[in-house]
Amino acid sequence: MIRLSAHEMASALEAGETTSEKLTQEHLDRISSVDADVHAFLYVDTEGALAQARGVDAARKNGEKVGPLAGVPLALKDVMVQKGVPTTAGSKILEGWRPPYDATVVKKLKDAGIVILGKTNMDEFAMGSSTENSAYGPTHNPWDLSRIPGGSGGGSSASLAAFEAPLAIGTDTGGSIRQPAAVTGTVGVKPTYGGVSRYGLIAFSSSLDQAGPCARTVLDAALLHEVIAGHDTHDATSIDAPVPQVVKAARDGNVKGMKIGVVKELNGDGYQAGVRSRFEESLELLAKAGAEIVEVSCPNFEYALAAYYLIAPSECSSNLARFDAMRYGIRVGDENGASAESVMNLTREVGFGREVKRRIILGTYALSSGYYDAYYGSAQKVRTLIMNDFTKAFETADVLVSPTCPTTAFKIGEKANDPLAMYLNDIATIPVNMAGIGGMSVPCGLAPEDGLPVGFQIMAPAMQDQRMYSVGAALEASLLTEWGAPLLSRIPALGGAK
Amino acid sequence: MSLTYEDVIAKYEPVLGLEVHVELNTHSKMFCGCATVFGAEPNTQTCPVCLGMPGALPVVNEKAIESSILIGLALHCSVTPFSRFSRKNYFYPDMPKNFQISQYDEPICVNGYVDVEIETDEGPKQFRVEIERVHMEEDTGKSLHVGGATGRIHGADYSLLDFNRAGIPLVEIVTKIVPGTGKYAPEVAKAYVAELRDILRSLGVSDVRMEQGSLRCDANVSLRLIGAETLGTRSETKNVNSLRSVERAVRGEMIRHAELLNKGARVVQETRHFQEDTGLTRSGRSKEQAEDYRYFPEPDLVPVEPDAEWIEKLRASLPEQPTLRRKRLQEEWSVPDKEMAAMINADALDIVEATVKLGADPTRARGWWLGEISRLANEKDVAIADLAISPADVAEIVSLVSKGELTDQLARQVVEGAISGEGKPAQVMESRGLKVVSDESSLMAAIENAIAAQPETAEKVRNGHIPAAGALIGAVMKETKGQADAARVRELLLAHLGQ
Repeated sequence: MIRLSAHEMASALEAGETTSEKLTQEHLDRISSVDADVHAFLYVDTEGALAQARGVDAARKNGEKVGPLAGVPLALKDVMVQKGVPTTAGSKILEGWRPPYDATVVKKLKDAGIVILGKTNMDEFAMGSSTENSAYGPTHNPWDLSRIPGGSGGGSSASLAAFEAPLAIGTDTGGSIRQPAAVTGTVGVKPTYGGVSRYGLIAFSSSLDQAGPCARTVLDAALLHEVIAGHDTHDATSIDAPVPQVVKAARDGNVKGMKIGVVKELNGDGYQAGVRSRFEESLELLAKAGAEIVEVSCPNFEYALAAYYLIAPSECSSNLARFDAMRYGIRVGDENGASAESVMNLTREVGFGREVKRRIILGTYALSSGYYDAYYGSAQKVRTLIMNDFTKAFETADVLVSPTCPTTAFKIGEKANDPLAMYLNDIATIPVNMAGIGGMSVPCGLAPEDGLPVGFQIMAPAMQDQRMYSVGAALEASLLTEWGAPLLSRIPALGGAK
Repeated sequence: MSLTYEDVIAKYEPVLGLEVHVELNTHSKMFCGCATVFGAEPNTQTCPVCLGMPGALPVVNEKAIESSILIGLALHCSVTPFSRFSRKNYFYPDMPKNFQISQYDEPICVNGYVDVEIETDEGPKQFRVEIERVHMEEDTGKSLHVGGATGRIHGADYSLLDFNRAGIPLVEIVTKIVPGTGKYAPEVAKAYVAELRDILRSLGVSDVRMEQGSLRCDANVSLRLIGAETLGTRSETKNVNSLRSVERAVRGEMIRHAELLNKGARVVQETRHFQEDTGLTRSGRSKEQAEDYRYFPEPDLVPVEPDAEWIEKLRASLPEQPTLRRKRLQEEWSVPDKEMAAMINADALDIVEATVKLGADPTRARGWWLGEISRLANEKDVAIADLAISPADVAEIVSLVSKGELTDQLARQVVEGAISGEGKPAQVMESRGLKVVSDESSLMAAIENAIAAQPETAEKVRNGHIPAAGALIGAVMKETKGQADAARVRELLLAHLGQ
């Protein structure tokens, strides 16, 4: 059962072939048997999940109308607050905190009857590309436990690849949904900025953060997308417009006559050979499916990474100021009449990890008087240039595509002491966040040289998220025909999984 | 050794700058739905947003925007078509997010003015105070520092935090520098704050209670030698909690600056705290190393872009300007300048107007509120508006006196009774048995008794020594427990004694 897609599980539930309680228990059992190796979860809410599952079963039994994913389990990235359930954002500073409220996304999941299994591991405050920055130890890639599962949402993507959950919620500030999806052979979608409410998403960089669906199939991602998307009066940046029809697009998977633009700047030097070859093959498949492949140029993407590393740290330096030991989280040094200032300093010293501190310092500096214009101001100008590049490219093409990441999953520890090398991993995903548009990563095969998954990135204009699903579903279908079975059927068995 | 005010103004010209923070009286906070009731149990009006919980996001209160626009329009400002919120970053325990959401370089209203009139040696004179900007921000929480000598965070044993105030909408009204007030700087400062308060009250956007902190004034003062071009170093005085304190703080700072400058010392640019008891200021944190607030546009909010139609609608809804209203009422009620000034000073205009609207004669209404009622308010040390007597009560008393059912003296007892919480005028009269004795036969009996008791005095009156009648009238009034109409007693008595 756990290897089915979420859609298939939902059908089985609807047909009465199983119950949500049984399905949930199977996933909890799977977590018990493999998560010691994978470490996708920071907290497993066994009781809460089973109670929720029983509730859905009862509703179904009573003939109440339930949502299309009702009773299907899900893994929630620990950056989303869930009432009463420990939420840390991967940071020691929030150890033991139980939020007094539900994020809008969580509320929507609960309303849809989706069973929340627990909270998944992540780089601290979503800062990183490997989950190595989690205060609670790294997550391991189920394809190769010595490798990273991507980040920041490595826990969510690994839980999908390890069959611990069929659905997951991620958040994407510079690629934190798409890059983990790419390196674990799963699907991850960053919707248009404002498409999904940020209320209850612990902020890293407010103008870039966006929650989105993670799944093993494009249709599953679409089904989850429609559950969590929509206008929210608690989020002033949320878009007040109908949700794009992504499920329909995912079901149709039609790319006939569609113009697909290959971004010249997001390919070539620096991209692993196997990544490039799989990407090229995918383009051929899409052409066969009726799409027209064109090349587009986005010359300002070159500056995206640098600008991102000014904007994101600037916003995070302010967003993370609230972690001061006064109202929640850990408190360090509150003894012998220590001053509030000293307690704040010590708590932040102990509570934040190295990467978080690095970015707070970077951002504090970039916003300082006398430097603001040169750093934050210039970065905002670059952002406008990137938007202009996209606007121009979308005049030629309906969607843009690129490899999601330059390489497949690297070894745990390989880049831990080289932040710049780590940052480069997000080079292809960052422009999407800078422009506030949508981006998706779908698996497109294994790199021949290392046998690890490669991600294919699809980018669509703002509020045209359905286009990504059309292309993603078409590619997925073509590849399935080629392979005869989903990519994840080739994943090595995990220790406890027999 | 200490300088007199005259010494200061003979040599220096003061330059003012006033920043007024106004708490809006919206039902909910600036960025969340929490209630804003003053004086509620600590930390009962809070939610994830105003507590700065991880993940919580602000959403702008539209009513607060409307109030801010109204304020701008009433101060003759232009409303900017595009304004934004920024984050002002600094750490303080009572600031939940450790940044304050505040408008910074793109405020909602700019470039206005307020005209104030003050009494000068040459008669009334008008000064124009120019407004630089009106901007919106959120209030912080409140800290109570317990222990330690100063009541401040340094040296305290511990501190208590109340976040009820965190996120209350504030509007900050900042003047341009105000030169040219000369020796009247303290009066102009006070008149400006008073005028602003009246305008805000007329708009109904704030409770404008300085003592409760819903209107707070920071007074910037600097001195320069008379005729000098460049501005002197300023100090910023906070904690100025009454109109009188505004005047005292400016005056005090002028003297303090002059003493420093005369000694050849430097005025330090700093925040100072006004102390109500001494009228002096105490040094706060120095602003010499200007704190870097690292402002940047608030990414969680969208820009404020009020449409022109809305602004015009609000402009059309502006109430009568307080200065014009005062002029109108003064004419309608035929009040002499001095009495008008007294009424404004006593903050009695609204209440007198309300009383007049209920049918009372303006002069009598004014007489009661500024006379007996103000006296009792002073005794109790409260504002007249906070006494348990309403304009309707006073209107009723005025009417009873004019109908002859109460004498002035009896009416005073009714007022006193009403203020003591004995109820409406009719109830007080009933329970205290206060009523004019109009039954002439009982009056005559009392007069006879008085004459019998003081035959010599009565003889004097008979012989034409009228002033002696006072003692007899007094005796009658005493016998009737003050419930007789003294004028009628006098008439009857004199007639009886053949005068």
